[in-house]
Amino acid sequence: MIPTSHTLDPDDARNAAREVRKRRLQAFLFVVPLLVFIIFAFVAPITTMLYRSVHNPTVANLLPETLIALEDWSGEDLPDDTILIQFATDLKRMANERTSGQLADEINRALPGMSSVVKSTARNLRRVEDSAIATNGVALLLDANDRWSDPTTWRAVRDAGPIYSSSYYLTAVDMERTVSGGIAPRDTQIYKQLYTKTLKMALIITILTVLLGYPLAFFMAHAASGLANFLMVFVLLPFWTSLLVRTTAWIALLQTNGVVNSTLLALGITDQPIEMLYTQFATIIAMTHILLPFMVLPLYAVMRGIDNSFMRAAISMGSRPIGAWYRIYLPMSLPGLSAGALLVFIISVGYYITPALVGGVDGQMISNIIAFHMQQSNNWELAAALGSLLLILILVLYWLFDKFVGTSNIKLG
Amino acid sequence: MNEIRPDTFLRFDNVKKSYDQKSLVVKGFDIDVKEGEFITLLGPSGSGKTTVLMMLAGFESVTSGNIAIEGKSINKTAPNKRNIGMVFQNYALFPHMSVAENLAYPLTVRKLPKGEINDRVAKYLKLVELSNFGDRRPGQLSGGQKQRVALARAMIFEPALILMDEPLGALDKNLREQMQFEITRLHKKLGFTVIYVTHDQTEALSMSDRIAVFNDGVVQQCAPPSELYERPINAFVADFIGENNFVLGKVVSIEGCTAKVKTDTGTITTQTAAGLAVGNACKVSIRPEKLFIHPTTHAHENSLDVTFNTRIYVGDFIRYYFKLPNGTDVVVKVLNDLSAPEFDDGASAKLLSLIKNCIAFPIS
Repeated sequence: MIPTSHTLDPDDARNAAREVRKRRLQAFLFVVPLLVFIIFAFVAPITTMLYRSVHNPTVANLLPETLIALEDWSGEDLPDDTILIQFATDLKRMANERTSGQLADEINRALPGMSSVVKSTARNLRRVEDSAIATNGVALLLDANDRWSDPTTWRAVRDAGPIYSSSYYLTAVDMERTVSGGIAPRDTQIYKQLYTKTLKMALIITILTVLLGYPLAFFMAHAASGLANFLMVFVLLPFWTSLLVRTTAWIALLQTNGVVNSTLLALGITDQPIEMLYTQFATIIAMTHILLPFMVLPLYAVMRGIDNSFMRAAISMGSRPIGAWYRIYLPMSLPGLSAGALLVFIISVGYYITPALVGGVDGQMISNIIAFHMQQSNNWELAAALGSLLLILILVLYWLFDKFVGTSNIKLG
Repeated sequence: MNEIRPDTFLRFDNVKKSYDQKSLVVKGFDIDVKEGEFITLLGPSGSGKTTVLMMLAGFESVTSGNIAIEGKSINKTAPNKRNIGMVFQNYALFPHMSVAENLAYPLTVRKLPKGEINDRVAKYLKLVELSNFGDRRPGQLSGGQKQRVALARAMIFEPALILMDEPLGALDKNLREQMQFEITRLHKKLGFTVIYVTHDQTEALSMSDRIAVFNDGVVQQCAPPSELYERPINAFVADFIGENNFVLGKVVSIEGCTAKVKTDTGTITTQTAAGLAVGNACKVSIRPEKLFIHPTTHAHENSLDVTFNTRIYVGDFIRYYFKLPNGTDVVVKVLNDLSAPEFDDGASAKLLSLIKNCIAFPIS
């Protein structure tokens, strides 16, 4: 009999290790394209956004010396003459470099109406000699506009200075710094309300898609495959038409002289058209329609895997059908329900195009205000702060979901 | 309709079922089942046996006819009110509940007190020899264990009737035999009535009191296993149950229960099946183990002249393949003992049999 060894000799070990290395390398090569794509298309932009929400060097670059001088200022009275002269000098330079507009925008965010003050003052100072500013700068500045005599203005200038600042986050939750350096609610409350409204609308949309999608998915999952496929086409149909077309179709339906109103009028249900378009109602109904497939597909995939025999077994044991559904079928279909609900909720929290088109003022969501700050008010930093908060909010919700439902209960098929 | 016998527990009376309003899947099913009987519905797939089971359970409606338990029609009774236990091929154990919770389910539905539920769960876990498995999830059990839990769950609320829909279909051969034994043991011990659906005839033959052979929505024969095997009433049953050889011939004469049939290889005397008429074509069935190869010490009345084709060694027995003059194959099973003969290729041989083992069926 040949004696056999049960341990690896060095050659075997080397070969085995080489094999493992090769397999690891292969596995890595398979995911490299995705990794690169994610870094460029997701990680990098998100990081930039997070950075931008706390980083704003504009004012610091424009007024470096004024800001240093302002550091020692108490904030109570008008700053010293030297500071005012320094500022006047800076403003003249900016007027010549044509960068005073940037400063105007930044100051205007904190103090509305300051844009024109900064710009006109800069225009006045442009043709004044440097020596005149050095001697008479204070008077020139204070004569140009009354607001330069107001300490509030100077506090705004000072507060716009730091390169790193949490002020955008404060604004995003409707707070501001007080004169004394504390934190207090702002006079105008916009964003908290908007976040609440966004979450509320997303919740309503999620519930509506569950109410519409669950029975449909249940029926499809247990229907003959021909019928199920036929119905599936109707579920997927919204996917195959452009989002814009679907949303404008809702405009046609809901507008004052639209299909719904003319039907209601013709049937005599109302005397005058109901305002449906450009309301929260329009946003909710259109988004429910658009997001329904995201609920139906995971539900259907999970329900397909639940054999009829489970319900039958429960019923044969004396359970009423509704009881059997609640105690047996619902827990078994929960992975699909969680996946669908999470998908719909998270997508609708960040939805932009539909509220923008059919939502009017009332139906706007947080994304629309983010877009507004990026496109119209040019306040990218605030947009980034709002976006980051949205991201954090979703992460918190996901964490809560994981805690109470468990992410292992998510199944897409 | 027959008179209802006093010991009839379950009765199907001319039950029909159509799914598409055009054709019948079950074409007039009749059966009387006594309390405690083990009835098997056996048939090829699509023969309507599962439909019968589902009508009994209440998951399919009855198109016409009547199903009655203890004389009361249950056609209109909701499935959850029928008090019928069910065992499924895929076990249908609830995956999100432990084994004990699964067993407790029918009891909690009936709102039994908690103490009694725990006692009964423990009792039935012991009965299926899974006492230590109460806290496990169904996913942690093997196939055989799952099916024993499913059995216990179907029995725990003490239904008078338990339906089993191919319960052993998903198990491998060894386990299947063990479970057959297990089901028979529980049935004997607890005395419930079983309606068992299967397409596996060994299972049916070894477990049942009576077997109803289904084909094409009609019960071909309903009889105890031995009668079904020894005395099939038509060619379908003879062919479907066990293995059989068929020899074509023509009926020459009929005298009482026996007939003379002329075949290519001589005249055989046979038992008669219903519908046989003199002068008509027929086929004679002879089981492979009821044929003996000449020379033999067995008594015999008929003989067939054949040529040897091939011989297959199976282990405990040997299968011989012979050819009749018209080319039909004839199989003979011989125990693997010293008497098993050897043949040269194409050698001629003589096969012998008794009259009681040959049955002539009319060819329809």
